[in-house]
Amino acid sequence: MSLMEEIIGKALALGVPLTVHVDLTYRCNERCEHCYLEHDDKGEMSCEEISRLFGELADAGVFFLTLSGGEPMMRRDFFDIVARARALQFNVKVKTNAVLIREAEARRLRALGVEQVQISVYSHRPEVHDAVTKLPGSLGRTVQGIRALRAAGLKVAVSNVMMRSNLDDRKGVAQLAHDLGASYFVDPTITPMMSGDRSVLALRIPGSELPALFHDKELVGDPESFCAPPPPVGDDERNARPCSAGNSACYVSPYGDVYPCVQFPLPSGNVRKQSFLDIWHHSPQLKEVRSIRTGDLPVCSSCAHLGTCTRCPGLAWTEGNMRGPSSTDCEKSFYRTGIPSANMLARGLMTFPAGTAETALAAFAPVARPGLGLIQIAPVRQTAA
Amino acid sequence: MSATYIARSTAVAARRLGEEMVVMSALDSTLFSLSEVAAVLWEAADGRTPLDRIVRERVCTEFAVDEATALRDAEEFAAALAAHGVLLVSAQPIEPPAAQAAAASGDPR
Repeated sequence: MSLMEEIIGKALALGVPLTVHVDLTYRCNERCEHCYLEHDDKGEMSCEEISRLFGELADAGVFFLTLSGGEPMMRRDFFDIVARARALQFNVKVKTNAVLIREAEARRLRALGVEQVQISVYSHRPEVHDAVTKLPGSLGRTVQGIRALRAAGLKVAVSNVMMRSNLDDRKGVAQLAHDLGASYFVDPTITPMMSGDRSVLALRIPGSELPALFHDKELVGDPESFCAPPPPVGDDERNARPCSAGNSACYVSPYGDVYPCVQFPLPSGNVRKQSFLDIWHHSPQLKEVRSIRTGDLPVCSSCAHLGTCTRCPGLAWTEGNMRGPSSTDCEKSFYRTGIPSANMLARGLMTFPAGTAETALAAFAPVARPGLGLIQIAPVRQTAA
Repeated sequence: MSATYIARSTAVAARRLGEEMVVMSALDSTLFSLSEVAAVLWEAADGRTPLDRIVRERVCTEFAVDEATALRDAEEFAAALAAHGVLLVSAQPIEPPAAQAAAASGDPR
């Protein structure tokens, strides 16, 4: 067990929210086609409110603090907020598009002790990247920002959100990240909008593209091992918590709303009305999330993939049931191993016994319902540049 | 014998987790989990209090250990963390701005 796993295990045992993601604003200078947010300011927390929240997070034991948005640097008090976070000794990661970062901003982030800056890049080709962000010139400005951050000595991670429109550009983005001295990872997560609108899901990678990704050594390391059939499910897997969301991690919106995770928009309290610790310990919603064990899941508990599935309870919740399957993850497990999930079998999508990957893949394509052919893969490996 | 002073770098993240202390360097992302005794040393590392006094007044009063052994262990602990830039060690008292400046140097990758 790694030290990180030990620390997470201890945080779970102590009921400590080790990781919190705070969106400072939903405003943004880009209009990405897949974004799940509405960008109007509906009453963001002030710097003082955020500062008070940070104090409560520190008291609660939060160690990893992600500051994001929207574009967090749209706030004029952004650096003041980062400084307050660092004064409380959080490990701070900033998620930004870097459009507003030049030498001075990069040096300031470095001096404040930000541990990492994560930046989304959709393509190495301006016409593709800028078409996603709907901001002309955005790739050039983002790349300039990354150069400034690296020159200041900051760690930069390039997040390559993969969609239909940029599927062919993955290797180009990986090469760009390498050339810039940044690490690179694939982020295929396209989530429904917080308003409930699911139309953006049409941008997801077609399922037919996934086997090729799952067999790409650069992404998964050892494809044979990565795509191997799942091992038998034991008591450890059945007693496990489905996800860190609400267990050792949670999310706070710019308006103070607390959710189990940014991908799990179950309203659980508001820090303008209650202290964070009060919400963390006493929210009925968080208690319910925390009570779930994988063995309790009505469909998934009988699934061969139970111990290895990347099932997202937030995506399951957006499908109608936090204890239900997340069908995109079912399909990922299927396309990875060739073995259908219990959910797929229950829904009549697979009517044959599990066979080889080739057999199953060949059989799946013709019977897949149109809406279920669009699936995601989870980040599988972070490759240092 | 000359005094040794220790100060926490400002280029770190740190938080108590139960009786332990979790520390991560912002320079190289090295993660440390400090034991209960090491956590006492960490929290007392203000740059002004000599290490032997920290050991005598904080460690030996709270833990069943003789002073010579505790001081030797504390010096090893300080050297190990100093090698990763998360703790500053000096024969002179350390002021906070100096700690920051020293910690800000170096490539984080």
